[in-house]
Amino acid sequence: MNPGVDPETLLSVRGISVRFGGIVALDSVSFDVPRGRICGLIGPNGAGKTTLFNCLSRLYDYQEGDILFEGRSITRVPVHEIAGLGMGRTFQNLALFRTMSVTRNIMLGTHCRTRGGFLANALRLPLVRAEEERAGRRAGELIEYLRLGAVRDTPVGELPFGTQKRVELARALAAEPKLLLLDEPAAGLNHEELGDLGTLIRDICDRFAITVLLVEHHMSLVMSVSDRIVALNFGRKIADGTPAEVQNDPEVIRAYLGTGE
Amino acid sequence: MTRSGAVAELRYFGLTLRQWIILGAIVGLVLLLVMPFLLRNYRVFQINLAMVYAIAILGLNMLTGYNGQISLGHGAFYAIGGYTAAILMHRYGVPYWATLPVAGFVCLVAGFLFGLPALRLQGHYLALATFALALATPQILKYKHFEEFTGGVQGIVLDKPEPPFEFSFLGQALSQDRWLYFFTLLVAAIMFLLAWNILRGRIGRAMIAIRDQPIAAAAMGVNLAMVKSLTFGVSAMYTGVAGALGAIVVAFVAPDSFNIFLSITILVGAVVGGLASIPAAIFGAIFIQYVPNIADQISKSAPWAVYGVFLIGLMYLMPTGVMGLLRLVGARLRKYAE
Ligand SMILES: Nc1ncnc2c1ncn2[C@@H]1O[C@H](COP(=O)(O)OP(=O)(O)OP(=O)(O)O)[C@@H](O)[C@H]1O
Ligand SMILES: [Mg+2]
Repeated sequence: MNPGVDPETLLSVRGISVRFGGIVALDSVSFDVPRGRICGLIGPNGAGKTTLFNCLSRLYDYQEGDILFEGRSITRVPVHEIAGLGMGRTFQNLALFRTMSVTRNIMLGTHCRTRGGFLANALRLPLVRAEEERAGRRAGELIEYLRLGAVRDTPVGELPFGTQKRVELARALAAEPKLLLLDEPAAGLNHEELGDLGTLIRDICDRFAITVLLVEHHMSLVMSVSDRIVALNFGRKIADGTPAEVQNDPEVIRAYLGTGE
Repeated sequence: MTRSGAVAELRYFGLTLRQWIILGAIVGLVLLLVMPFLLRNYRVFQINLAMVYAIAILGLNMLTGYNGQISLGHGAFYAIGGYTAAILMHRYGVPYWATLPVAGFVCLVAGFLFGLPALRLQGHYLALATFALALATPQILKYKHFEEFTGGVQGIVLDKPEPPFEFSFLGQALSQDRWLYFFTLLVAAIMFLLAWNILRGRIGRAMIAIRDQPIAAAAMGVNLAMVKSLTFGVSAMYTGVAGALGAIVVAFVAPDSFNIFLSITILVGAVVGGLASIPAAIFGAIFIQYVPNIADQISKSAPWAVYGVFLIGLMYLMPTGVMGLLRLVGARLRKYAE
């Protein structure tokens, strides 16, 4: 255990810096995400929000800093072990397995919670049968929860954008994450879907006891649903506090009005 | 009631869809068991080879169709399997059936080891690396210092296994080829069953996930390096078992039958049958086994031109393979039934 880690802090980002050639995408960003809360992450285009998510997923390497998840550093954890630790995510531009059905996409979400390998699967050992049954049941529950029943056997690539976003959310939930990273879940949704989304995120947090880190451009949505908000601009953290505090922060206002820098 | 439940209740000529499927399966099984006694030995031999190809194609299909890694060099694993079986039988007197697991294991390891460096290669680069493997194979098999084992250019001549008992049916004796038919059928059935188990579950999902969207697959916990190299190994194992079985069925191995053309032929079979489908391997095998013969009958002077026309025509009519077309027809019929 690292010193100075509060057990109520699920995620602790400490001085992360990421450079792509000459571009500084993240400049020594630090913040904490408390357990059981919804934390908003806002900032204008190119602020570094997705880059930060990719660092958390270990898809990108950071040149400086450290990330602690439940008090442990993930800097040396390989990408494919992140989901098993309890960090799930969705992608800004959707990253679904397009040829697979909705059900199978969601079942893949359970990959990090199951163990059956090549041999066990080839012989269809009892372990595999039990795991498959559990995965199928879990997928069924999530299909019901996210109202995907009518399309459960449809290849995901054939579905409308909004539905695909729900499938991706279901896939992330199937992994039973402790922390859920949502990268612009509202993008491309219509007005009505937008209202439902706020309720849904709140419900996910309460019902499954999942902490949420939410990247979103829809200000009304982030402000209404978040307990805390972190604001980035040009890779630097410019504000960190309650929605009211961040909303009235002069630097945030300047960043969004585009008169800064 | 779900929609599919309602469809299943529909009756076609007095039987439900389910009953029709069971009836079809029984008729098919009886036909499979009786068929070798209705055909001449040479025809049975051809079917045996087709079944061997089906196993090899299934192996390549796992790698290319399901996992998205292309291989132009699976002939090499077919060769390793074939030579493993031939050397074990010829030099060490190992019974033919016992050579299959050994050949499979040798190819599993060989494929896994080849798959490790191949992890760094993608698309066309992987195609080229496997192409090099296929090019080198006949020459390695002819290499002077291996001659003691491989028989050099001459290859190895084997004896066809004798049937374990005497039997005749419809006035036809259980010949060597007919016995091998049943043996090959059994091996193929086991290999297809294992493949179905792998592909329908957790590992199959991971394989397709890597093909469709590798970054998301990794983020969902799939160990890309592990799954990809093991898929390479298992794929090579399938093709190696096919090679061993092929050596037994043909009773002969020689370097020049394992050239680049064999690798391409297996790939043709996988694509013609339809990628990412298990039964497709059967259609692909039928194509590569019989179409060259048919082409030869049509034109003695330019059989490969005829073959080429068949291939282009088929790809034009069925761009997603035979299996793709069948799926399309199936979907239409289902819509029609509703
Ligand atoms: N893989 C990469 N290679 C090079 N530059 C990158 C890469 N990923 C991100 N960047 C750069 O890093 C900066 C931050 O990008 P990022 O995608 O994190 O922004 P964002 O806050 O998610 O923006 P948006 O709201 O538009 O999604 C941008 O200047 C972007 O061009
Ligand atoms: Mg982004």
